Amino acid sequence: MGKVKANAGPLARRPDNSAFKQQRLPAWSPMLTAQTVLPFFYGMATVCVLLGVWLLVTVQNTHELKVDYTHAGSCDKCFEKRKDRANANQSCNCTVVFNIENTFKGDVFFYYGLINFHQNLRQYMDSRDDGQMIGRNKNLKNPSSYCEPFMKDKNGLPIAPCGAVANSMFNDSFTLVYHSAASRQVVPLFRKGITWYTDKNVKFRNPQVENKTLTLAQVFEGTGQPLYWQKPVYDLDPWDRNNNGFINEDLIVWMREAAFPNFKKLYGVLNRAIEPFTEGLPAGNYSVDISYNFPVEYFQGRKEVVLSTVSWFGGQNNFLPIAYLVTGCLILLLAVILTAVWWKFAL
Amino acid sequence: AVFSDYNYTLWNFIPKNLFEQFRRIANFYFLLIFLVQLIIDTPTSPVTSGLPLFFVITVTAIKQGYEDWLRHKADCSINECPVDMVQQGTVVRTQSSKLRVGDVVMVREDETFPCDLLLLSSSHDDGTCYVTTTSLDGESSHKTYYAVPDTMDFKTEQKVDSLHATIESVAIYTGMDTKMALNYQSKSQKRSAVEKSMNAFLIVYLCILISKAVINTVLKYAWQWSVDRDEPWYNHRTEIDRERHVIRAFTDFLAFMVLFNYIIPVSMYVTVEMQKFLGSYFIAWDKDMYDEELGVGAQVNTSDLNEELGQVEYVFTDKTGTLTENNMEFIECCVDGHVYIPHCVPVCTSVDQCGPVWTSVCLCSCVSQEHEDLFFRALCLCHTVQVKEEETVDSIKRGIHLGKPTSFYISSSPDEVALVEENVQCIMSGTKGVVSSCVCSRFELLHVLNFDSVRRRMSVIVKSSSGEYLLFCKGADTSIFPRVVSGKVEQVRARVEQNAVEGLRTLCVAYRSLSPVEYEETCHQLDDAKLALQDREQRLAQAYDLIERDFTLLGATAVEDRLQEKAADTIESLQKAGMKVWVLTGDKMETAAATCYASKLFRRSTQILELTKKRTEEQSLHDVLFDLSRTVLRQRTLSGSGSGNYREIFLEISRNCSAVLCCRMAPLQKAQIVKLIKASKEHPITLAIGDGANDVSMILEAHVGIGIMGKEGRQAARNSDYAIPKFKHLKKMLLVHGHLYYVRIAELVQYFFYKNVCFIFPQFLYQFFCGFSQQPLYDTAYLTLYNISFTSLPILLYSLIEKHISIETLKRDPTLYRDVAKNSLLRWPVFLYWTCLGLFNACIFFFGAYFLFDNTTFTSNGQMFGNWTFGTLVFTVLVFTVTLKLALDTHHWTWINHFVIWGSLLFYVIFSLLWGGIIWPFLNYQRMYYVFMQMLSSGPAWLGIILLITISLLPDVVKKVLCRTLWPTATERAQVGRTLFRLFIVACGLLSHFSSMAMRGCWILA
Repeated sequence: MGKVKANAGPLARRPDNSAFKQQRLPAWSPMLTAQTVLPFFYGMATVCVLLGVWLLVTVQNTHELKVDYTHAGSCDKCFEKRKDRANANQSCNCTVVFNIENTFKGDVFFYYGLINFHQNLRQYMDSRDDGQMIGRNKNLKNPSSYCEPFMKDKNGLPIAPCGAVANSMFNDSFTLVYHSAASRQVVPLFRKGITWYTDKNVKFRNPQVENKTLTLAQVFEGTGQPLYWQKPVYDLDPWDRNNNGFINEDLIVWMREAAFPNFKKLYGVLNRAIEPFTEGLPAGNYSVDISYNFPVEYFQGRKEVVLSTVSWFGGQNNFLPIAYLVTGCLILLLAVILTAVWWKFAL
Repeated sequence: AVFSDYNYTLWNFIPKNLFEQFRRIANFYFLLIFLVQLIIDTPTSPVTSGLPLFFVITVTAIKQGYEDWLRHKADCSINECPVDMVQQGTVVRTQSSKLRVGDVVMVREDETFPCDLLLLSSSHDDGTCYVTTTSLDGESSHKTYYAVPDTMDFKTEQKVDSLHATIESVAIYTGMDTKMALNYQSKSQKRSAVEKSMNAFLIVYLCILISKAVINTVLKYAWQWSVDRDEPWYNHRTEIDRERHVIRAFTDFLAFMVLFNYIIPVSMYVTVEMQKFLGSYFIAWDKDMYDEELGVGAQVNTSDLNEELGQVEYVFTDKTGTLTENNMEFIECCVDGHVYIPHCVPVCTSVDQCGPVWTSVCLCSCVSQEHEDLFFRALCLCHTVQVKEEETVDSIKRGIHLGKPTSFYISSSPDEVALVEENVQCIMSGTKGVVSSCVCSRFELLHVLNFDSVRRRMSVIVKSSSGEYLLFCKGADTSIFPRVVSGKVEQVRARVEQNAVEGLRTLCVAYRSLSPVEYEETCHQLDDAKLALQDREQRLAQAYDLIERDFTLLGATAVEDRLQEKAADTIESLQKAGMKVWVLTGDKMETAAATCYASKLFRRSTQILELTKKRTEEQSLHDVLFDLSRTVLRQRTLSGSGSGNYREIFLEISRNCSAVLCCRMAPLQKAQIVKLIKASKEHPITLAIGDGANDVSMILEAHVGIGIMGKEGRQAARNSDYAIPKFKHLKKMLLVHGHLYYVRIAELVQYFFYKNVCFIFPQFLYQFFCGFSQQPLYDTAYLTLYNISFTSLPILLYSLIEKHISIETLKRDPTLYRDVAKNSLLRWPVFLYWTCLGLFNACIFFFGAYFLFDNTTFTSNGQMFGNWTFGTLVFTVLVFTVTLKLALDTHHWTWINHFVIWGSLLFYVIFSLLWGGIIWPFLNYQRMYYVFMQMLSSGPAWLGIILLITISLLPDVVKKVLCRTLWPTATERAQVGRTLFRLFIVACGLLSHFSSMAMRGCWILA
């Protein structure tokens, strides 16, 4: 058949003799042989073990104390009370007593913990409107449909903050009391600085209005409060007017959903300016006065109070040091085996 | 009348291409997922699967469209090839596609026939023409065709006789009905073995996916059995949701499917397509496969089969034009045991010719020796060569006498051309030399006893000017020697055998002088036989047998159909690489066998088993199988390719042979042989290589078809998957490119599945902690971009430029090819290893992060992290681990590898910083805001990430080192060989203080 080809010189179609096209780029060709790997293994084993030991020592210097108050002490009656939904509007206070044996040195953090509360259910997690909480006016009155069924209240008013997450905000409050030999002293807690800086200052904003003289209540006019809340969002913190609305720190802390059903969230930080807490929490008897509101009985949940100190390395977590120690030993073992094999077979 | 071999037209491209693409199980699956996401409420948005799917479909469509467009262009060049048509007494030039049945076509010398034709007349007075049918059946010899006698004189009537050497003919079949087109097989899409394994793996993963979804759905309902879990007070459903509880189970199942659908990698298909498409450029760019003479390099027609080149088990090669140059050359002759090589032959001959009946020869003899005289006389007389005149030169003047051969010879036997040409050469050297006296003798050609393959000889009877009757005979040694009564048989035989060892084609020449009485008798016998009405062939054979006897041996000639450069080396390498080479040729057995010897396909020591037509009774085949199952080689004259029963036996025998030669094969028979092997129970990968149109059907049938861009037109090259200029290029094509592409794509496929197991399995585990609520572990952006950008480029680059071993080593050591034979890198154990590694890594990622988080503070300021930080931590470990795993597998670190691997990790970090760095306008969720930065600001996160990556990579490193030390493969040994010297020094250095040990170590290493 036909032989039609454009012959623009015999060498016109000669391939380039470039290193790339001829697959001859200069290259480094490492091989995973025993000789190259073994020094690394021994080095890594040493580093891991040393790091593990150091971390272990660090972790030993941190303290943690958990007090489950679900129906401990006088909270039992509150627990029973919260079983009945009709009592939701009645307040209930109780006290739990505990003892600290060793002084908690340094900064002490006060957490509340929930067991078996699934903050990570898909429908629950999606049920929020970040656009609303970022202060977009459009979303304030017209929240995302993801917030269903917590989008509008009975009167048809848009809920602010909408959604299941905000609606289920943890609403127990605590007062930690130190019982020294002489007196009964309320442990001072900072209730601020418990959120990420960026959350407090960027991610959560109250709706922006041009008229700066408006009070927060006026800004939120035309919105309803979440169904299970007893106070509107602009009235969450009666003591600090600047801690209200979407930038309320407890709300922000709650809105960062936990990854697992057992979690704890920061409630306050010990104010070390006042005696006798300058060194931390002294050993002794303590009690927590609890305003018991949050019902956990329906989902077999539990509530607890956690007191903890941290190192540079965070709270008391033995996993990392142990994991490093185990890994270091494992690598050492493997290295020894490899050396033996190499000695026997490769030489 | 239009010839076509493309798949699409402009109009049906979109629907047909879409249909073809969605027939692919993976694409169809993604379409389903996409539709499900559109319809029901799923954890991820439809964009996450719609975008990649759109991308895949578009890229593939563009690629296929481009390749089809190239085919269109090639077809056009054929269909628009100009043709001279005779219409109403004038010559009209049209395109070949416009030809219709019944048109009268004029074909000039050396033109290609546009269609099947009936010869009406030619410029020769006797109405003959010489036709080569190379593009049809591969035979390059000239065949004489006679015009239909009734129309022989048409040329004068139609007044086109002014054109020399033209053939007028009427079109019988055109376009797709031509013999050539009918000899084709329909072009179907070839799928490579890798693609088949890929589909098998895909099905496994589909099963895993479905079972994951089913398990999770069941567990979800088991977990939700109690009402407080089904709908706790903090997570009320909407009224609409409550009503839909009937279909909720099903939508839950679908939602899980969507959540886990990433385990079947969308982008794998794009990456594989891109790898194949871009990777094929390296073949086209290879300057080692560029031929200076032809000015072309290798050509890739289908990039789908790159890796199949690394899997070939059977190579079916054409002979003429593929193994050989298709160019005969006279090497030497032997007269009475004296060997003459060209330019030293002291004999001058001149060949003259006046048509096929008369051959007159002017013989100049410079040597008195009678036998030499007779020998060259025999060569001059005993042939069927025709002299073809060059049209441009005045026909009276013979170029020979000017010392410039302007006439050349055509014959149905290329050997004869070579012999006669050589004799002409002798004249030229002779005229310059010592020509003293020229004795012209004139011979009258009386009878030609034509060649046939049973006798394997031919004879002529001539009458010399002195009135002597002479019979010259020329033929294969086996057919001449038994008939020789005198002459130096032993010396000649020794020479002939030696020539045959060298792979030359030998012919023996003998003569017998006939007395007038004997001549009369033979004439009588021949005429009787020729006129016989019954059993003419048999009687002719008997007559020939009677006449051709009592010879005096003159000598032997040796002609070479020169093998292509490095053909023998290539075949040897292919065999060392574990491939079985079969030669399928249309030629006769002797010629083909000689080539096989020359190309080292057969060796002197190999045992030859011949299966010819006469022996193909079933019983004898069985015997053969029973007795000679150890046979190394067999030949077969295949007729009709046997019935079902024979087929099995044939297959059984031939599979036990190291090399097979099949002769007298029609194009379709070649394809049948290939099909037969393809269908055998191991389903070996076959490769067919050929240069002519007669090889096209075999090229199309084989798994990989390679065309040689040779003399016999470009049909084969066009229909092949790959076209190379010379046979020798096959070596680099298979041993280097094939091997590398296979290794690359095998890693690509395994790695893709691995990285997606690592990706999705943590998500599956997370369901156990989030109440089976289909909560994704990773952010949407991560879900979408993981396969598209975070981990795609390193593996794509790896699959393009990885060279686990240097090209030189691959070429030097063909046995390395065996390391990847039989799809060894994609077998189930390897697949299982990768999958287990993936599962192990996924567990490490998830549970490592889980225990790290374990309800404790993660920062030094006491603040807590949420679920997105957890997901990001897992994802970070994931991205780093899978990328570093690839880095561990990379043996060839060019600057591009460094750039892409470290660059892609850097890109992940930068993207995450950016994605979490600002509040995104227009987006309704800001869940990733500052998550990544917060994570990086925590010490334990860093320590955890490093630890988890280390643990994840550890088993693979240990496995690699152990395997390399204990059971190194040939490839690994070759890799070590490269650095042997360095190792030697290292080993000596390490052990220098144990002197005896060191001695031992060095000695062994050295």
